[in-house]
Amino acid sequence: MTMIGMIAVIIYLVISPLIACLISGVDRVVTARMQGRKGPKLMQPWYDIVKLFAKEATSVNDMQKILVMAHCFFAIFSGAVFFAGGDILLVLFALTMAEVFLVLAAYSVNAAYSELGAQRELLQMMAYEPMTLLTAVGFYLSTGSFKVEDIIKTDIPLIIKMPGFFIGFCFILVIKMRKSPFDLATSHHAHQEVIKGLTGDLSGPVYGFSELAELYEEVLMLGIVGLFFVTSDPLSLAGAAAAIIIVMFCMSLTDNIFPRVKWEGMLKAAWIVTFFAGGANLVVLSLLNR
Amino acid sequence: MPVLAFLILFPFAIAFILFFLKKDSKGRSFVVISGGLAELAGSVLFAADNLMNHDMEMGTYYLKETHMTDMFIAALELCLMLLVIFLSVKYKKYYVILLSALGTLPVLYMDISGAAETTASHFKVDHLTLIMVLVVGVVGSLICIYAVGYIRDYHHHHTEFTDRSGYFLSLLFVFLGAMMGLISSDNLMWMYFFWEITSVCSFLLIGYSRTAEAVNNSFRALWMNLLGGCGFMAAIVFCIYVMEITNISQLLLFTTMPVLAIFPVAMLSFAALTKSAQMPFSRWLLGAMVAPTPTSALLHSATMVKAGVYLLLRLSPVMYETYVGTMVTAIGGFTFFAASLLAITVSDGKKVLAYSTISNLGLITAAAGCGMAEAVWAGIMLLIFHAVTKSMMFMSVGAYENSTGSRDVEDMHGMIVRYPKLAFVMTIGIFGMSVVPMGMCVAKWAALKAFIDTGNIYLILFLCFGSASTLFYWIKWLGKIFSVSKGSKRHEDTVHGSEWVAIYPLSAIAVILCLVYPFISRFSVTPYIQNAFSGSLNRLVSAATADSLLGSTDNIVAISTEDFVIMGVMLICMCILPLAMKYVNSVQERRVMSYMSGFNTGDDRSFYDSFGNERGQYLSNWYMNDIFGEKKILAACLMITAAFLVVMMGICTMGGLFL
Repeated sequence: MTMIGMIAVIIYLVISPLIACLISGVDRVVTARMQGRKGPKLMQPWYDIVKLFAKEATSVNDMQKILVMAHCFFAIFSGAVFFAGGDILLVLFALTMAEVFLVLAAYSVNAAYSELGAQRELLQMMAYEPMTLLTAVGFYLSTGSFKVEDIIKTDIPLIIKMPGFFIGFCFILVIKMRKSPFDLATSHHAHQEVIKGLTGDLSGPVYGFSELAELYEEVLMLGIVGLFFVTSDPLSLAGAAAAIIIVMFCMSLTDNIFPRVKWEGMLKAAWIVTFFAGGANLVVLSLLNR
Repeated sequence: MPVLAFLILFPFAIAFILFFLKKDSKGRSFVVISGGLAELAGSVLFAADNLMNHDMEMGTYYLKETHMTDMFIAALELCLMLLVIFLSVKYKKYYVILLSALGTLPVLYMDISGAAETTASHFKVDHLTLIMVLVVGVVGSLICIYAVGYIRDYHHHHTEFTDRSGYFLSLLFVFLGAMMGLISSDNLMWMYFFWEITSVCSFLLIGYSRTAEAVNNSFRALWMNLLGGCGFMAAIVFCIYVMEITNISQLLLFTTMPVLAIFPVAMLSFAALTKSAQMPFSRWLLGAMVAPTPTSALLHSATMVKAGVYLLLRLSPVMYETYVGTMVTAIGGFTFFAASLLAITVSDGKKVLAYSTISNLGLITAAAGCGMAEAVWAGIMLLIFHAVTKSMMFMSVGAYENSTGSRDVEDMHGMIVRYPKLAFVMTIGIFGMSVVPMGMCVAKWAALKAFIDTGNIYLILFLCFGSASTLFYWIKWLGKIFSVSKGSKRHEDTVHGSEWVAIYPLSAIAVILCLVYPFISRFSVTPYIQNAFSGSLNRLVSAATADSLLGSTDNIVAISTEDFVIMGVMLICMCILPLAMKYVNSVQERRVMSYMSGFNTGDDRSFYDSFGNERGQYLSNWYMNDIFGEKKILAACLMITAAFLVVMMGICTMGGLFL
């Protein structure tokens, strides 16, 4: 691990929750304004999570707590591998592992809403995983390496070589960022139990851990978005940040335009977009590599 | 030579003894267990001895002069055919006779006329053989040992079937011996002989219970495998009469007129596809589920289906950029994807395992068809990990069925409290099949890398979509195991000592393999690939491609050391989870009921409905039968693959015979 990688990991570990809270705070305000509301305070997500850790710890069974903690650990772990400049495929695999633990925690309580949520989460993973894997393949084909530290040494922003992957990745990012479809396992639109089922049986600090994991995961996802724009030129970091802001804005917009997309639609749409956008880009890239 | 002869002949001897020990007794258990352990020890010793004491560069050759043995084998082949004919007549399945005769008679003629006489060695042991010897010897023998306790319980529960357990155990050992012969034979005639034994043996094992369903399924397995056998026979006839060679190693190095090799390679691949239950031949493997579990474990993990992919991996170097290669990769890749979707829709535990087997074999097949060093590396690794993990999954599902009377995934609800030991083993197995620091996924990762480097776009897509659905069906199964109803109690399982003797070591091996696979790669997989690919590169491919193919062999481990270390950390973290659980729960927190909108009746087992009546809660997994159910997509998948196979075989035959 390089010195820069080490510093990046430390920064990631320390300030990710704050950044993610800020982003989602802004997002909530923007969404509210789009709908003609005032919206919560900017740092409301932060206050929420701090409060969770101050609450009484309760649990349904012995396994719940450790499974959620494992979820949190592996989510942070995968982000750390990413910012350390590690292998992007390994990052994605570790993230999958983290999700698996959350799903198991939901299964373990043996409650209808939790189990429903767990299966929706699994379905969601099935919907987005092909695209995340393909994105990693795309990075490899355009830079010759799976390692983040090599990928960022590129001379031109990779978005130029990988527009299809970018579109596909943004599409599934809507799912990963808990935006749309509205009946996602962990959607932020908590209309009813069916929707937040996955975490329905978590409370207090245990719920706090799952929220914390989500924050780190969000930063990791935005990091991958940034990877499409970062080059060996340090100035490109600013460009990447701008791109992330635009992507986030588009995502709020999408969420507001399609508030009634359901999971059946999600699976089909995600796989179709992955196949065409990702697949087409894959064909072009491998032809270029010949 | 003596050790190899022991490995092949000893199981037959044990089988012979067991055939006469019809009643369950201490003595019989002793014969099986000591026989299994001896075979296991023998295979480990054989592998260690060969690795340390022999120059394995080009493989070790055995047995040149075999006139008498050839005649003996011809006689046995005739017996096999007569047995098949007898049973076909008995159960009125006359079409099988035709296939059996078509596959056997030409070979018999070649034996008797002396056309197959050769001065080349009949056995060849190289690194790939050693890997297979270990897989068959360790996993296969443990399955035989497991069968002792299993079959006792099986007949205890199924009193409606005649107890023929001596015959059953005896067949398992015959299988073991035949596999050992198959993987060490270099002579095609001999390999074919062992190949046919496994076909007939699996047929007998599947039909063990003699119910109408079992008989039907066993004949389906038989005709599909005999059809493959006919392909094998065609390859032999062509090799002997046109190319004038008798051995696989000669076929791989056939430089006189490389184009000639296309036809036999296509025919052998066809045989391998049937044996490995690739679509459109996948249905025999699902039918094999009616048999007692040790059969499924043996057929699906260490032996039968692995014979097919073993042959494909052997032929891999000559498949590079040929129509045969295209056929094999496309069928394998498609099977991997389609079977993983189908696995989502079934709830019978053994059926999930069956589809998962077909799916994983598809990936190995696809890797073999690429014909590139990296892909073959991934294929061999997949083979090893799959054999170990899948066999322990089968055994624990079988043990669960004997304890509870059901092997349905839905009935495994809360298994982690009710049967903690079995649940623990199954958890290792499911993690082993589906998430990353564990073996299968690492090999899959290597396969992905190989497919990218070979530029196989459709394989990359199949792999990405297929692994997403693979994760879905495994984790929802694991979820069921973890889903604990309040107040569940631990139940006493009826798992016998002999079953644990097999299950525990395999789970340990499954975990340890994840840490030691770089050594396996260094000492056996990589040397094999270097030899195999450098030896056969002078044919069909240009010098430039040869360089690019070999260029990657030095750095063949697709996973870098750094990634390996990170995965090691992940694995350790997973292993300490059970311990961490004790620590985390050391401070007793307030327990709450699980959330049911506040309508719980006091626990999480029932709730008040809208009329205020108490109603039981039943939670079921998703099977999505309306999206990819067997009824919806299976027929279409089989038709597509069958049509594709016919077209491609047509092209290869035309190209091979008339060009």
